[in-house]
Amino acid sequence: MSAPTTAREVRDLVADLLARHDPATTERTAFLNARWEAGLAWVGFPVGLGGLGAPRALQQVVEAELAAAGAPDNNPRRIGIGLGMAAPTILTFGTDEQKQRFLRPLWTGEEVWCQLFSEPGAGSDLAALGTRATRDGEDWVVTGQKVWTSTAHTARWAILVARTDPDVPKHAGMTYFVCDMTDPGVEVRPLRQITGEAEFNEVFLTGARIPDAHRLGEVGDGWRVAQTTLMNERVAIGGREVPREGGMVGVVSDTWRAHPELHTPEALDRLTKLWVESEALRHAGTRMRQQLAAGSPGPEGSAMKLAFARLSQALSGFEVELLAEDGLRHGEWTMFRPELVDFTGRDAGYRYLRAKGNSIEGGTSEILRNIIAERILGLPSEPRVDKDVPWKDLPR
Amino acid sequence: MSPAPDRPEQDLLYSDVEEELRASVRALLAARADSARVLGRVEDEQPLDLDLWRALAVDLGATSLPIPEALGGQGAGLRETAVVAEELGRSVAPVPFLGSAVLATGALLHLLGQGAERGGPDAQAEAALTRLAEGAATAALVIPLSTYPGGPLPAVSADGDALTGTVRSVADAAVADLLVVLAGDVLFLVEAAAARVTPVVSLDLTRPVADVVLDATPGVRLSGSGEAAVRAAVLVGAGILASEQVGIAEWCLSTTVAYLKERYQFGRPVGSFQSLKHRLADLWQELVLARAAARAAADALATGAEDLEITVLVAQSLCAAVALHAAEEAVQLHGGIGMTWEHPVHLYLKRAKADEIALGTPGRHRAALAPLVGLTA
Repeated sequence: MSAPTTAREVRDLVADLLARHDPATTERTAFLNARWEAGLAWVGFPVGLGGLGAPRALQQVVEAELAAAGAPDNNPRRIGIGLGMAAPTILTFGTDEQKQRFLRPLWTGEEVWCQLFSEPGAGSDLAALGTRATRDGEDWVVTGQKVWTSTAHTARWAILVARTDPDVPKHAGMTYFVCDMTDPGVEVRPLRQITGEAEFNEVFLTGARIPDAHRLGEVGDGWRVAQTTLMNERVAIGGREVPREGGMVGVVSDTWRAHPELHTPEALDRLTKLWVESEALRHAGTRMRQQLAAGSPGPEGSAMKLAFARLSQALSGFEVELLAEDGLRHGEWTMFRPELVDFTGRDAGYRYLRAKGNSIEGGTSEILRNIIAERILGLPSEPRVDKDVPWKDLPR
Repeated sequence: MSPAPDRPEQDLLYSDVEEELRASVRALLAARADSARVLGRVEDEQPLDLDLWRALAVDLGATSLPIPEALGGQGAGLRETAVVAEELGRSVAPVPFLGSAVLATGALLHLLGQGAERGGPDAQAEAALTRLAEGAATAALVIPLSTYPGGPLPAVSADGDALTGTVRSVADAAVADLLVVLAGDVLFLVEAAAARVTPVVSLDLTRPVADVVLDATPGVRLSGSGEAAVRAAVLVGAGILASEQVGIAEWCLSTTVAYLKERYQFGRPVGSFQSLKHRLADLWQELVLARAAARAAADALATGAEDLEITVLVAQSLCAAVALHAAEEAVQLHGGIGMTWEHPVHLYLKRAKADEIALGTPGRHRAALAPLVGLTA
């Protein structure tokens, strides 16, 4: 069968799936596995890997049809790192065996993934990372510390970048692995953040063993593989379709409407200005998706992420200030480990504090500005002192 | 809360036809309105370039895009008009596009639309649009360029068909053959030669304004609601101006980026200093949002979208600020040369500053927007 190219063909395939597996009577995981086998998990993926080799744009048709039929989904927010980061990397760099082993339970949500990239000493300068992987027979033995790992406590697998050769310059000596989070050498500790809870973790690797068969890409090619992961992360952060007043601007506008006693002309003008920018950001998202669909993706993704972080912070800060007496009070500081993160959830104080992370996670706004300036505007880079120095000789 | 329309038909890209139009306008402007030439004529007695205007009108049909083909226009729409405005903004070409092809044309087209509803378009309005479409005449809408959506309109009085009043700071009036004048709720056509039109020294060297004095000046009365037509034209103008502002911002950003790559200080291109790169990256990010907002406004104007007013007010309040920020950053980041008369960046600063006021400041647009989206004081 040749790959479907029209919405009608895809609708027929969805109808066939629904006829064979009634969502009302089929258990969730069984339905998701049937959907995988029908190639309707992600139609842009190859046949045999949950896809049909069809145009990616047709995925919207599948999602709309299945949602209309009341079919269960794979709770994408719970498995975002697997879907948005691990999957495209495995698809690009994995062996056939790796693709067959990992992608299906990743997509159905039977196996949760996390990401072991950042370290206490390697944040924006990710390529400086020092977690060591040394070869021992058919295995690699990994020792080091990772940080800012969301879902580490629920994850079965991790994507991991480690240093395999300290004697070459930093970008050349890294290798990319799939790490088993149930290995006895892996210890996960919650990392409490400014909101009081622990959405993230620290992960301590002490002689954790990874079979060489779980290496992604060549030894020493980890930086290039990681770029694929990070590019997909940035697309995932800025690219969601939202209705007018979706996200932070809607929450804060509703707070405004609910509290006429707090209104001042100055505050109204400030809120309207943020409303305008949020609406323009929404248009920019629409425009970016239209460019993608037309086959000419632009570099707008990094602009979207910068603007998203700035507006989330400005809006949530405005809300706390507006609330005055109530802005002085806070819901709770209790330490717990949330399974899902909602930037606009809970209360104004939480939103304000959580938004501070938006300009740090997934590439700080400063690093994004460097990327825009150098890769999009073509401006020269700062002089580099670390480019040709073996990693082991770098000051740290 | 405002409706959140699901508009899959909304198109924020540039079509192939629009890109072709852009290419031909850009080629004409490169040949006839390079910055040396534009700068060279700003202190002439007539800074507006009427030869270039005729080439735009007659050779490219770029000044009559929204006028129906039956009246000799292109029968295209406001999306295309916006693309021309973007290119004219990029070159700050001194032509009466905003006053004639956008504002005066917009008011007359609105009258035609009203006439169609009443069962008969106004023949005089049709005749005027035909003259504009042929490039045989240039028009100006006699309102202060600072007129804003929902704001006061000039108080010209009509005694029969004799008009009396003074309107200050009218865009492109100095070269207009035809003046479109609002008196009460009636639009009049006035031959400019019969009025007293006095150019004034203008902040914007490439879009000078003039004062119009009418003293029992004869006008031709047009049928329909003149006030509705003028208010519609102000909204169209504000939406199209957003695209001009995108063009201004784009020129300022790309010119500054190019300069910072070749300017060396401390043994390095100054464009390699992070503090400057980050400012340019921020500008680029603003431009991405401004372009999306301006395209949304052009598309909404072209399709008469339900949320047209919201979309235009969003675009104008954002794009005015982005263009001005880009121009101010361009002056600063050029250093000393940016402060000289000989470098063209001041033409963009002056245009961007005047555009901030034109058809309503960002604050006026926000004030008009807020109640439309359920944000009230």
